[in-house]
This record gives sequence, structure tokens and C-alpha cells, in this order.
Amino acid sequence: MRYMIILSVADLIVKSNIANSQLFSSYLTSMLSKQHSGRRLFTVALTLSAGALTISRFRISSTADQIRKILFRSQFIEFDQLIEFGMAIKVGIVVVLLAVASICEAVAIFHPISESHLSAALELFSPVAGSFSSLEEAYEALRTFEVLGIEKKPDIKDDTCNSVVDTLSSMSSNSRDLYHALQVNGLLKCKTSKDALTGITSRLKDAVKDATSLLDYYHSIGGLLLIKDQSSEVDVLLKNADGILRSIKALSQSDGRWRYSANNPESSTYAAGLAFETLSGVIQLAASTIDENLIGTLKKDIVKLFDSIEKYDDGSYYFDDKHIDSSGHQGPLSATAAVVRGLTTFASTSESLNIPEDKILGLARFFLGIGVPGNSKDLYYQIDSLSHLENNRVSVPLILSIPATVLSLTSKDKFKVKVNTVLGSIAPPLSVKLMQVFSSGSKDGSVLKQELHFDPKEAIHMLDALPEGVDIGEYVFAFEIVLSDPEHKRKFATGGRTKVPVHVTGVVKVDDAKVAVLEGDIVESEKKLDLPGKNDLALSANHLQKLHLSFLLTTPFGKPFKPHQALLKLRHETGVEHIFVVENSGRHFETTLDFLGLVDKFFYLSGQYDIELTVGDAVMENSFLQPLGSIELDLPKAPEKATQPPPQAVNPYLRYGPKAEIAHIFRAPEKRPPQEVSFAFLGLVLVPFLAFLVGLLRLGVNLKNFPTSTIPAAFAILFHSGIAAVLLLYVLFWLKLDLFTTLKTLGLIGIFLMFVGHRTLSHLASASAKLKSA
Amino acid sequence: MVKPATTKDDAHALFYSLRSAYSATPTNLKIIDLYVVFAVFTALIQVAYMAIVGSFPFNSFLSGVLSCVGTAVLAVCLRIQVNKENKEFKDLPPERAFADFVLCNLVLHLVIMNFLG
Repeated sequence: MRYMIILSVADLIVKSNIANSQLFSSYLTSMLSKQHSGRRLFTVALTLSAGALTISRFRISSTADQIRKILFRSQFIEFDQLIEFGMAIKVGIVVVLLAVASICEAVAIFHPISESHLSAALELFSPVAGSFSSLEEAYEALRTFEVLGIEKKPDIKDDTCNSVVDTLSSMSSNSRDLYHALQVNGLLKCKTSKDALTGITSRLKDAVKDATSLLDYYHSIGGLLLIKDQSSEVDVLLKNADGILRSIKALSQSDGRWRYSANNPESSTYAAGLAFETLSGVIQLAASTIDENLIGTLKKDIVKLFDSIEKYDDGSYYFDDKHIDSSGHQGPLSATAAVVRGLTTFASTSESLNIPEDKILGLARFFLGIGVPGNSKDLYYQIDSLSHLENNRVSVPLILSIPATVLSLTSKDKFKVKVNTVLGSIAPPLSVKLMQVFSSGSKDGSVLKQELHFDPKEAIHMLDALPEGVDIGEYVFAFEIVLSDPEHKRKFATGGRTKVPVHVTGVVKVDDAKVAVLEGDIVESEKKLDLPGKNDLALSANHLQKLHLSFLLTTPFGKPFKPHQALLKLRHETGVEHIFVVENSGRHFETTLDFLGLVDKFFYLSGQYDIELTVGDAVMENSFLQPLGSIELDLPKAPEKATQPPPQAVNPYLRYGPKAEIAHIFRAPEKRPPQEVSFAFLGLVLVPFLAFLVGLLRLGVNLKNFPTSTIPAAFAILFHSGIAAVLLLYVLFWLKLDLFTTLKTLGLIGIFLMFVGHRTLSHLASASAKLKSA
Repeated sequence: MVKPATTKDDAHALFYSLRSAYSATPTNLKIIDLYVVFAVFTALIQVAYMAIVGSFPFNSFLSGVLSCVGTAVLAVCLRIQVNKENKEFKDLPPERAFADFVLCNLVLHLVIMNFLG
């Protein structure tokens, strides 16, 4: 029942996106202190931690900490077996996990643009077959290379320049093509004639006059602005700037978004970004000064758009387009990129745009939080937006990044902090102060105001010594950036307090480890162990005795330490394993295995059990999994109804390995008689034939009845030869022919034989009839 | 003194009378009889061979034996039809019987050759 309540509350929280799961975790803590069925609670805890982590919505750049948390959770799978042992451990760990999850709200690390972005750009923007498929893509690639400082190859440059010049000189290009061509031209500085540009200018000005949709305005105004930058001789100024501004503004909506055209009711944030860019272009191209009120209303529109900004819990802000608009742009990245572009270009035309600096910093964090995007369009959006943010007139965001979040006490690492702009450039002179240190599980941290020492050679701020009381464990450090020059406070966005997670690791001392076999309460045999070194015990016990293991764990600072895992494993020679948790009180860890009670659990299996001790934690540098030796257990015989031990897993390599080879046994050939016997009988078979011939001679056969006159004689001969031919055919059939040819030939010979035989026999018959009558 | 008639004497007498009666048969019938005896002897030799070496290619053995037996049977049919003393086949010309004999033998031997393997 309560399980269902907890699940529904978790569901609610995830849906309503409540960042503060504090109330929730406190409810749970109170719940956990009561007795509950272990397994159910464990699954609940898992659900909640998963839910809490979904709320905080970690992304790629959260580095090793995220991975570590996932490991934490996966290690819990082993805890399934520990459910039956020790509510205290479970409660403690679950609470820690929840508390860590709740602190995780605003704890994330962002890194400025790095080498990996450069290599990604080179990989993603490699042109197919030596040139880019369209001028738009060419512009994206070239802009990204320019921002990242990558040199362009000259042959691509030539190819693209040819394409640019073609587009600019052709009469059939519309304002969109001209805009992209001019963009590429601005980066590559291809040779274009003044006449061509003048012609294009007049075409674009006409396009501005005839424009009805936002995209028409965008392309034509953008094109005119680019011409202004590329050639100072051409006149690009617009006469009716006020009118153009009003007609663009007519497309705006009250919620801050912009529509694409008057007919189409679709609106999007992306369109709003394009609109801002266009408006700033108009302001720059205005022939006469524009009405201040108009500019004021435009500024109000921009501020209204910022009301629809959305936030992730790690402090990044972004704009999202919920509907896919007709031009196919979708997703927060393109929308936010468009808004940033529009915002920064608008801010460059006029002062005093009132956007709070934490939102600008949030936008920068959004782009950096993506990490290295996987496709070229996203990379272009990211890099382009960041370069706009780098030099914008509203406020320049400064990113505090931590190269390494794991400190080792043994190697006396110094904690390093870097402060850069979004593209990785050097920040203005500032100092970083460590304001607070929260240890895991607590919301109040010790308040310090320790300033970090700045190393100008490497541009790194270093913490000379860790604050007092920072032992091994997980902490959250809260930093504040203080700019040296008070003027810079308006220009740069530092973001107040930045919280970063830090893991401090060290060597945990294992002392006074001993194992003993107890008879009742009397120690029978005791042996000292050398942990974490090698040990080789050889104990023996029967079911009436107990096994007792104890050791002490202390941190480098001498405080008691509770590791994540302290397990004792007994493994029978057949492979059946049993795991026990080693409980602690303070720094003293011990466990007693009473074999009398465990006889049933051990399935009554006597024999040699291998002992293994595991002590481990994420912050323990010397975690170990040591075999301690073996114990010979003498348990009584299993009664009739005892449970059978679980079947051991078959070694997968054996199961799927090659099987024994089967040699095919051919059928033994039948015994044949020796050849001599066969030949002898062949001779014997011919004997009756010879006897027949001899008998015929004795009987006095003669050929008197053989016809003498020619024609009957011929027929008679043919008759005999026909029979002989059939017999020969039979012999051939036996030797090599098949039935079909035989039958065919037999048919032919048979017809012949019939005819011939009929003639012969009828002649003979008539001859004998004549003889009879005569 | 008259010797009492023993079975041995009877057998002798029977044998002699058979022999003299047989010599009266026409020559062509004797030829046919000789042919039948030849065929049967061949069959017997084949059976003896099989008895010694086993009947492994049984189909061959059968085909051999059946060839002999079949041709013997056909010869007997020919003898019946050709025999002038047989009133049943008075109107059948012997050449016709012989033609039947040849035809049937050819068919039999086709089958035999097929079955010989």
C-alpha cells in the first residue's frame, strides 16, 4: 500500500518536474526507519533514485561522476543478496543515494570548447568529392573552421569561390541563394566585381520592397548587410527603415514568438530568432535614424521571448520549439541558436538590452553541455552560437571548469580550477574563492572564504591545501568568481555560486585483522591476518562452532570509515557460494558465522570452503578482494527434505565449445567370395550349355529345313540376325545402356523382326503344308 | 526255379520301358527336352553357387535363376503346343508356337537383364 503511494508520488514529481526532492527524501527517511519488507523497499529506492536522476537530467558532460553514480546503482544489484542482512546498511546507503541525488540538482561541470571539437569539425565537415554540396553547408563549414581556427584548404576555396561567383552573377538566383553566396563570400573573400554587387543590391532592395514573409525579409536584409561589410562603395542603405520594421513587427505574436508570414498561423521561437537578426540588420542599414519608441518596443519583445525560456536543473537555459514548423527546423538547439544569434546582433546595434546575466550564462551552459555533437548541423549551431556569446554586448559568460574532480590524498593532488570564456580564451583578471564545502549527505557545509592561488603561466587557479576536515569521501565545493575590475561586473556573467562535485580518495588502513574459530564463547584457534596482503589460512570447524572475523578500518585522518562493500564470501568446492556482510560499529568491523544456524543455508554441504574478503569503496584507493584461505567444514548429513543446492552454471566456454568429432563409419562392404570360386562356377555354368550342344549333335540336328532359294533364305538369315541383334542389345543394356535407349532400339528391331519372322515362318509353314499335302 | 519279383527288378524294368518309349518321340521334341534339361541344370548350379557364397546381390541371383526357370517353362509350353499327339493344339501351326516362344523369351530376357543390375 505504501509502496503504491511512494510510486505515485515519484511519478508526480517526475511529471511536474519539481527540482527539489528534499521533502520527498525526508518522507522516505522517516519511512525507512520503520520495519518494511526489504526487497520491496529496495526496489522502491531504486525507482526513486532513477526518478531523481531523471529530474536532474544529466548530460554527457557530467563526466566520471555520472558514470560513477551509475556504477553505484549497478553495484546495488549485488545487494539483492544482502537484503536479508542488516536493515541499517540498506537504510544508510539508500538515504545517501537519495541525498546525493537531491544535491545533484545544481551540480554539474561544464567545459569550454576543446581539442575534441576541432577534430570533430574536421571529421564532420569534410567535403564530399572535394566540394560542398550547397553554399549553405559551405558557409556552415567555413564559419565553424573560422571560429575554431582551422585553416581552409586552397582547392576547396577555389571550388567554392567558383560556385559563389556563379550564383552571384546568375539572374535566376533568388534572395536565399544570394544570401548564402554572400555569406560564403564574406568568409572566403572571393573576387567579385563591383558591378555584380551593385546589380545584386538593387535586386535585393526590390526583394525587400516586395517581401511578404519573414524568410524573404531575412534573406534580403541579410544579403544587403553582408554587401555593406564586403564593399564600401555600394550603397545599401534603406530608405523606408521604419516601414520595414513595422511590417516585420506585424508578424510577431504576444507570447514572444514570431510567425513566418501573415497567412500562416504557425509560429516558432526559431522564427523569433530570425526576426531579431533581421530587425538588427534593418537598424544597421537605416538611411535615417529610427524612432526610439519603435526600438523600445522591439526590446520589450525580446524580453518577452525570454519569458518562455526553459531550464534544466544543472543551470542551463534553452528555448524549445514544441511544434515542427514548415521549414523543418526543430529542436531546442536550432531554436536557441537562432535566438542567441538574433539577440547578440540586436545587442550590437543598441545599448541597454535588459537580459539578466544568469540567463546568458545559462544559454552558454546549454551549448557547452551538449559536449561534442554528432552531426555537422548541430556542431555549426553550437560553435556559431558560442562565438556570438563570446563577444556579445549584453554580458560575456565565464565558465568555471574543473580538469580533474578526483583528488588523491596519497599523492597530495592540488585542486585545480580553470576559468575561461566559452571558446576557451583567457578570462579577465579575477579571483576564485572557495566559499563552502558540503560533505555528501548534508546540506550545510562549513563556510570558508578561501581564495585560490592563481598560476599565470598555466592560467589555473589552485587550492594550495584542502580545507580542514576534508577526509576521504564525496564533497560538493561551492566556488564564487570575483572579478578584479569592478567595471567588468557589467560586462561578464559569472553566475554567482558554482557547485562542483569532488571526490577525495585515499588509502584506508586495515588494522588488527584476525579470524578465530569459537567453541561456544571460548576461542579455539585464532590467527592474525595481514590485510590487504596475501593470506593462507587452513581452518577447520564443525557445525557446533562459530567463525569470527574482525578488523579495523581508519581513514588517513584517523577517522572511522564505512566502505560501500565489506563482504565475506564462502565458496564450496562444488561452486556453491554464500555471502555475508561484515557489520561495523565505529571503526571496528566484525562478523560471526554461527554454523549451527547456517547448516540449512549451506545445504548441508560439508567439505572445503574457500574464504574471500572484499572491502571496497569508490574513494578507497586500496580496495581489495582477497582470498584468505580455506576452512574445512564438517556439517551433519542432510535430512530427507533438505533443499538441494542450486545447480552451478555450466562453464559457457565448455558448453559452446567444440564437441567431440564424429567419424563417419561407412557401411562395411559385403563379403564377396574369392575370385577363384566365382570363376570356377562361371566355368561350371557353361558346362550345361556345352552338354546341350553335344546333346544336339548326338540327336542329329541338321539344317535341312533351311530355305534354299534366295529370298526366303535372305529372310531366314535376317530373322536369325534380328534375334542375335536383340540379344546383343540386351548385353549392351546390361553393360552400359539405360532402359530408355534400349526400349527405343528394341522397338525398332522388334518391328523389323516381326516383319522378317512373319515372312520366314509363313514360308516355312507353307513349305511344310505342301509337304503334308504332297 | 523262378526268382520272386524284387523292387530292384521292377525299377530296372520301368527304367528300360521308359527309355524305349522315349526313343520313339520325334526329334524336335527331344531337342526341346534337352533344352529344358540344360536350363534346369544351369539353375541348379546357380543355386549351389548361392548356397556356397551367400546371396549378397540377391537381385542378380533371382534374375539368373528366374531366367533359367522362365525359359524352361516357355520351352515346355512350346513342347506342348508343337506335340502332334496333343489334340488340343491340332490347329495351331508349330511355326506360330515357335514365334510365340521367341517373343516371350525376348520379353523375359529384357526383364531379366533389367533386374540383373
